[in-house]
Amino acid sequence: MLRPRVIPCLLVHKGGLVKTVQFSEPKYVGDPINAVRIFNEKEVDELMVVDIDATVRNAEPDYEMIEHLAAECRMPLCYGGGIRTLAQIEKIIGLGVEKVSLSSVCIEYPDIVRQACASVGSQSVVAVLDVKQVAGGSYRVFTHNGTRATDRDPVSLARDLEALGIGEIIVNAIDADGRMNGYDLDLVRLMRPNVHTPMTILGGAGSLDDMEAVIREHGAIGVAAGSLFVFKGIYRAVLINYPMRSRKDEMFERAMAGQ
Amino acid sequence: MIAIVDYKVGNVKAFANVYRALDIPFVIAENPGQLAGASKLILPGVGAFDHTMRQLDASGMRETLDEMVLEDGIPVLGVCVGMQMLARSSDEGDEPGLGWIDGHVVKFRSSAESPLAVPHMGWNDVHPSGRHVLFDGLEQEARFYFLHSYFFKADEASTVLATSAYGESFACAVGQRNVFGVQFHPEKSHGWGSRLLKNFADC
Repeated sequence: MLRPRVIPCLLVHKGGLVKTVQFSEPKYVGDPINAVRIFNEKEVDELMVVDIDATVRNAEPDYEMIEHLAAECRMPLCYGGGIRTLAQIEKIIGLGVEKVSLSSVCIEYPDIVRQACASVGSQSVVAVLDVKQVAGGSYRVFTHNGTRATDRDPVSLARDLEALGIGEIIVNAIDADGRMNGYDLDLVRLMRPNVHTPMTILGGAGSLDDMEAVIREHGAIGVAAGSLFVFKGIYRAVLINYPMRSRKDEMFERAMAGQ
Repeated sequence: MIAIVDYKVGNVKAFANVYRALDIPFVIAENPGQLAGASKLILPGVGAFDHTMRQLDASGMRETLDEMVLEDGIPVLGVCVGMQMLARSSDEGDEPGLGWIDGHVVKFRSSAESPLAVPHMGWNDVHPSGRHVLFDGLEQEARFYFLHSYFFKADEASTVLATSAYGESFACAVGQRNVFGVQFHPEKSHGWGSRLLKNFADC
């Protein structure tokens, strides 16, 4: 049986790992390589690393860091941040990363998705949609770490990207980021039935129960989290953590049985 | 000595790290000279079928690999697209494959009646078809990471070493004489993957 994927999402800012709240207030939580080593020990399903400086500063991805991360990871790695060209995508995949995630470039220059799929294969091309609710209650996609609004509706954008061959859609709820109050389940309900690629949900997970709720409704989906896996307790002490395999399996079984 | 074939496609360093951790000697081979003396070969692969075949041709190693595998009988393990390259051909592209195992590569089917999210992405169970040295110690409850839209359809059921289920049952490991292939990523599958790579080194 294909299992749901429980994915820590790490943000890189000024060379260190940080965690944000609603895309602001970055708090330093440690060194990227050290975090990867801990996550190796904990046998995480997959790891997602996003450089939140690269696109905003219009800088090249930090290839040296990416290469170190990829070499260290004993699990699949998805890298995002600052990717604008096919050459960059090919270079990053060549460094040993399994998947690259694209964000603003998917909207400004969607043809890159088609080109990337033809070169590195659909399975390695991921779109991250940073989504926020706007006046009137509808959802819109934002770019540049949530600072720029676009007129794109996340469902129609996801379907366009799917037609271009995208391998996975990561839906990131900006309002829920760092709050640890649970995922935006309405957003998931809006997206999942309308998109046929694998999907991962990010933003708001405060406990494994929050993940279980999404899996119960949607089955083998990816559930990603930042704060949940880097903070412990109500005072948000920095402590890299991840559920044991047995705990995760129990959660999957309960959730899938309840489907 | 295991040679990891580096034709600029796939995660060569991840294999190197696993073998380093296992204390098994390896070499990263970028040209025919560096393949010389290898007793085992790992053929990684990530990307679109035609792209990987062309990259292998461009590496200048193809002829030497053919000789080593087909004439000298040196064991080879193709991984992910590296497994698909072992086939004659693939629905994903026009380039011919290596043709080292009889089979053809096809895409997962998704339809309105039975929708299937493609690519097949994530951790899935792997069921060995019988006893095989590659799956020694992995007979029960082995799970591996998959990331692919196409899979190997073997001409002969006897070459299927293990299956996995996604929409349908498919061959996730094949073997014919000294040629082996796995669709999943052992280099990214924690302890299960290290065990499989160790088994290959020991076989």
